[in-house]
Amino acid sequence: MFDTALTLSDLMFLVKGAGMTLAVTFFAVTGGTLLGLLFGVIRANVSVWAALPLIFVLDVFRSVPLLIQLVLANAFQAIAGLNMPPFATSCIVLALYTSAYCTEIVRGAIDAVPTVTRRAARSLGLSWGQDMTYVVFPMALRVALPSWIGLTLGVMKDSALVLWLGLIELLRAGQILVTRLQEPMFILIVVGAIYFLMSFPIARLGGQLEKRWREND
Amino acid sequence: MIEIRDVHKSFGSLEVLKGVNLSVEKGEVVSVIGGSGSGKSTLLTCINGLEPINSGTILVDGVEVHAKTTDLNKLRRKIGIVFQQFNAFPHLTVLENVTLAPRKVLGMTKAEAEEIAVKQLTHVGLADKLSVYPGRLSGGQQQRMAIARALAMSPAYVLFDEVTSALDPQLVGEVLDTLKLLANEGMTMICVTHEMSFARDVSDRVAFFHQGVLAEIAPPDEFFTAPQHPQTREFLSNIR
Repeated sequence: MFDTALTLSDLMFLVKGAGMTLAVTFFAVTGGTLLGLLFGVIRANVSVWAALPLIFVLDVFRSVPLLIQLVLANAFQAIAGLNMPPFATSCIVLALYTSAYCTEIVRGAIDAVPTVTRRAARSLGLSWGQDMTYVVFPMALRVALPSWIGLTLGVMKDSALVLWLGLIELLRAGQILVTRLQEPMFILIVVGAIYFLMSFPIARLGGQLEKRWREND
Repeated sequence: MIEIRDVHKSFGSLEVLKGVNLSVEKGEVVSVIGGSGSGKSTLLTCINGLEPINSGTILVDGVEVHAKTTDLNKLRRKIGIVFQQFNAFPHLTVLENVTLAPRKVLGMTKAEAEEIAVKQLTHVGLADKLSVYPGRLSGGQQQRMAIARALAMSPAYVLFDEVTSALDPQLVGEVLDTLKLLANEGMTMICVTHEMSFARDVSDRVAFFHQGVLAEIAPPDEFFTAPQHPQTREFLSNIR
């Protein structure tokens, strides 16, 4: 029958790694979403020329492989003498990387709100801020949510690259066990299952929200 | 009173308003007719400051709309506008659509705003749709909701921008009936419209818009029986 050397404490080691993955993902997605909201609102409201510096920087974050960004950022912070722990460096780099994608999601979603609807809001006397808060954001949220869920799930998997800065997250924990126990198939199945268990609730939450909103349309 | 004096407006190199003059008195209903792209709708969005103008002045109750010192958010409270389409806020119920501006702009409590909203929605025949989302309404019901929403701000003027043009023919009547009701109650209205029977039966004056200017403006009897301007005659003969 099936036999494995994987012990309960090994499993706890993987769960701890998963905790690290969740922590990095949480800070990256939270920070990246807040920045993405800010940048996205700027992008949707100023001309392309005025936003050019922002567009350029965000394009860099989107184009350069995440691995290179992580390693370079870690080297730069060391040269600058910032003494940042790898966890902080990882979260900051991943947050900026997330914000670059989130900015485009937010900009697209804001642009998807019909001009006439916004004019209707403004013509009722709502200020720009009130229009944004009560009309544009709720409408844009419905457009942005599927892409944002996709981004979050992507970042969760991309966060595995922080193992290069020495963080023991889920994938790294799996690697360590594979090296020690020499059971790559089984351990990778377990690691994959844990990734799935973390992603599934997020994906379902998104699906539920979409379904509830659709019922109103 | 709305006074439009020698207003010019361009989009890039295209001049859509070429010196428009029009005065609308309190309680008056003015219908604006004319071909597509003649600048009728642009004029309405200029009146409440949604569009800047290149020259000329627009005065609403003596306040210059495009002056830098004018508080547009405040001015817009007394100018309601209903557009051709996409009026509804789709994420809010009918009642919430109507109460949003009274609550956020006029600072009413929820109860006060709802009282007014229910009154206005009853007025336009939507009393049974309060908790429904706009996506479940027909086009005609959505337009009537938009009218109730504008009226909930107790505006002094309401501008209608081809409010029936996007509707199925069988839904046009219910919206026009609502407009007639308002007109009979003495509301000051400027209606950009393609509905000639509405222009004839309801308006105090009918204005013909042609190539960026008001070519002719007259009471409906005169306008439809003895049009002066050759372009008016041609337009009217084409639609008959």
